[in-house]
Amino acid sequence: MRQKGKRRDSMNLMEEKRHKTKKGNKDLFLTALKTTVPVFLGYIPLGMAFGFLLDGAGYHWIYAFIMSLLIYAGAGQFLTVALLAAGAGLTEFVIATLLLNLRHAFYGLSLLEKFSGIEKVKPYLIFALTDETYALLTTSEVPEGGSKSRFYFYIAALDHIYWIIGSVIGAVLGSMLNLNLEGMTFVLTSLFVVLTIEQYFNSSVRFPFVAAVGAGAASLILFSPDNMLLISIILGTLILMGREKLIQGDLNMNKGIKKAHSAAAQPVKVQERSKEES
Amino acid sequence: MAEALQMLVTIMVVALATFATRVLPFVCFGSREPPEMLSTIEKNLPPMILLLLVIYCLKDVQWFAAPYGVPELFTIGVVAGLHFWKRNAMLSIFAGTGLYMALVQLNVFSFL
Repeated sequence: MRQKGKRRDSMNLMEEKRHKTKKGNKDLFLTALKTTVPVFLGYIPLGMAFGFLLDGAGYHWIYAFIMSLLIYAGAGQFLTVALLAAGAGLTEFVIATLLLNLRHAFYGLSLLEKFSGIEKVKPYLIFALTDETYALLTTSEVPEGGSKSRFYFYIAALDHIYWIIGSVIGAVLGSMLNLNLEGMTFVLTSLFVVLTIEQYFNSSVRFPFVAAVGAGAASLILFSPDNMLLISIILGTLILMGREKLIQGDLNMNKGIKKAHSAAAQPVKVQERSKEES
Repeated sequence: MAEALQMLVTIMVVALATFATRVLPFVCFGSREPPEMLSTIEKNLPPMILLLLVIYCLKDVQWFAAPYGVPELFTIGVVAGLHFWKRNAMLSIFAGTGLYMALVQLNVFSFL
């Protein structure tokens, strides 16, 4: 009897636990839904623009669905339509796509640690790494007690679904629709501005912003708009690495000098402190 | 039929090339430690890339023709100001987007 009661207790406990995680997952999903609302509002019109373009080039809407499902890259898909219209060969498709999307390699570089420990959904997270999803994943915090992999998966999958829906709507409706959505894709610019400021709040390092302004301005002036993102990211990374080298070099050099000067430097420090006190 | 097949092959090739760019760093540093230099700049990459994405969004602005990028810069200023003040992401993003849509659709800066 006693044992039976015990077992029932533990079963209840398990039931309760399952119930709790179920509720937790629902909350996690709702948080992800809230986090991705700006991307929804950006991906629908942007996806529609892609759908319009594909429809205008004379392709069946099912291709908008397949491309958004399998390729899932904003600028990359626009480029693909342009190359299709130009009758490009497969090699051209490969080279153009690699060059345009190489920036994503830099996204992965800064996610190596964040994605470690995520096993099952990792391949999908990597596949679905668009500019917008990258921005959300690097800036949003996983709700307390929630599973990281689940939260990231929700965000990535929701963004993916928005993009597919937008592009299919655009391709099906074609030019029938005459909504004035001009300016709506600015929601993505606003999202990036907000996430940049969040990064500013979240970390104490300031130099990355300086590097971005320098690299961004230089590549905006010197290179064509289509190439500027990849080039500016490479340039910015080089600047970051250069500075890191410089600091390390300084440290190594200073080690020797500091020892020699430490005796002389100490009185100055004391003086400074006494000044502050007075 | 042949045309559909060719289209599907093209889509698959583009999809694989896109995935290749995304998976590259994970393949390179999946089993071995990334070089030290990389891990020191790793945490500096997101803030830099996000600001570069903001700048990238302005790539098609015509700076030397009316309205000289004023709607874009003005709206970004409002979004940033609002966000520093209230720190409410939804508010900053939607107020900014609404403002920008009104500015360009009503051609508010046409006097420039």
